[in-house]
Amino acid sequence: MSAVARVYRWEISKLLAQKRTYLGIGTAALVPVIFVVVLVLQTGGPNDVPLGRYIRDTGLAVPFVVLFFMSIWGFPLITALVAGDIVAAESHNGTLKTILTRSRERSEVLTGKVLAAISYTLAVILAMGLVGLVAGSVAWGFHPLTSLSGTRISAGHGLGLLAASLAIYALPLVGVAAFGLMLSTMTRNSAAAVVGTLMWALLMQLLGVLPGTESFRSYLLGTQFDAWHGFLRVPADWTPVIRAVWVCTLYIALPLVAAYVVFLRRDVAGD
Amino acid sequence: MTDAPPVTARGLVKRYGEIVAVDHVDLTVEPGDVFGYLGPNGAGKTTSLRMMLGLIRPSEGSVRLFGRDPLADGAKALDGVAGFVEEPRFYPYLSGRKNLRLLADYDDGASRTRIEEMLELVELRDRAKDRVGGYSHGMRQRLGIAASLIRQPRLLLLDEPTTGLDPAGMRDMRELVRRLADEGITVLLSSHLLGEVEDLCNRVAIVRKGRIVYEGALKQLLATASAGYRMRTTEPERARVLCLSQPGIEEVTLDGAELAFKADEDAVATLTIALGQARIGLTGLVPATASLEELFLGLTGGESSDHDRAEVVA
Repeated sequence: MSAVARVYRWEISKLLAQKRTYLGIGTAALVPVIFVVVLVLQTGGPNDVPLGRYIRDTGLAVPFVVLFFMSIWGFPLITALVAGDIVAAESHNGTLKTILTRSRERSEVLTGKVLAAISYTLAVILAMGLVGLVAGSVAWGFHPLTSLSGTRISAGHGLGLLAASLAIYALPLVGVAAFGLMLSTMTRNSAAAVVGTLMWALLMQLLGVLPGTESFRSYLLGTQFDAWHGFLRVPADWTPVIRAVWVCTLYIALPLVAAYVVFLRRDVAGD
Repeated sequence: MTDAPPVTARGLVKRYGEIVAVDHVDLTVEPGDVFGYLGPNGAGKTTSLRMMLGLIRPSEGSVRLFGRDPLADGAKALDGVAGFVEEPRFYPYLSGRKNLRLLADYDDGASRTRIEEMLELVELRDRAKDRVGGYSHGMRQRLGIAASLIRQPRLLLLDEPTTGLDPAGMRDMRELVRRLADEGITVLLSSHLLGEVEDLCNRVAIVRKGRIVYEGALKQLLATASAGYRMRTTEPERARVLCLSQPGIEEVTLDGAELAFKADEDAVATLTIALGQARIGLTGLVPATASLEELFLGLTGGESSDHDRAEVVA
């Protein structure tokens, strides 16, 4: 097993031993259940959101609708809970100096943490997607889906589109995680990193709806949370998908580079 | 490279803005040393150890561990080196054993195979499955030693390892350090407890305000101040005058009925004969050997917090 793989495995073990991990993944799984229960108990629906008006047609629509609602602050908060904490907590608790006086290079330690934070982010999205699909299917069945273009999509094809949508949706969320990791490394303060990350994600969302931001709106991180709409059009619109890939790559890479530069050179003293 | 001393520091400086925490420290720890790094709190001991372990970057100067530079060589510089700065820290939500497994996986080699043996050595095997969050301070210190020893170090850096321990814990920790030294492990031990250093160390560096004010053999340091005597006689004033007239008797002072002076053994023998011939009765004569505490306070300008002083006296 490589050095990074060993660090990664222990980072996952550490996450699994902490309540906040379950709080985050549990919340992500609970939201679609609550969503379904509320819609079962009332007649109205979220008609003004993508696929909202078809939500009672098939359980397949539930995860898509929840993706929209959770992008505003739900997923960024859940992501920031771990990404903002993963380095800062170790600085604060003094365990960073414990692991940095062993035989692993600092770059290996940080890489293990980055991979663990990304894994958690993916697990959060997957939990929401699976639970949403199951809860929606229990409530309304597993039927063909109506696309954003108004055409019918078979349930099997819809499942594939859901997987692709969750994957492209993960990119901006990993961007949030990368920003959280950077703050976690720089501030050495979990609360500041978590709150700072959430504020940054909200700012991205806010800029996306403010008048006068049209010229750069397509390149905001928050906008990339809507890239999955491209998959739900017939024919598929690849423009937002491709843009999400390269825009998110920048939003992921730049904070991570900053985090590495700081982490590799920083003094690890008593915080 | 392998013949290089375990620790070599040259011109080591660490500044935090205007504050100079470590000020041009030069020291060499030789193989087999139990080296005491002695100084009052805030003298720069922990900062020096952090630089040695590569946790912080020196503002100037260099450190070499067995000839390797922690800054340039990264984690490879710590091959054969283990220890902790301040108190050892662990993941409170993991058990003691799981913490050691984690650290073993952060090492190369066979650290994992030594976990049970080291838990036994530090008498934590029975509590190894419990979360570290429930451990006492002393248990965490012992787990810190176990975490260091699973690396099979040739050099052990320990930062005030007995701080916060009860008397029995302090005794056990010192016995453990002595045993490790007997096994050939070089130990660099920072402490502000003079008794501990006197008990364990063969060489010392005394640090004051970030600067080394003495580095060398402990015996040599103690010997530098062992030429004093205190004397009581039936006639102190006549005895003082006689002392002043004797060759080899220096720095004569009279404090009440007690005379103090410096002399070698031959001069003292001549003096006692002279006192008898002058019919001055000798009621007491003792060598006034300076303690390490007195030397330490002299070298550090008496710097020590009340807390430290209490421990020094104890």
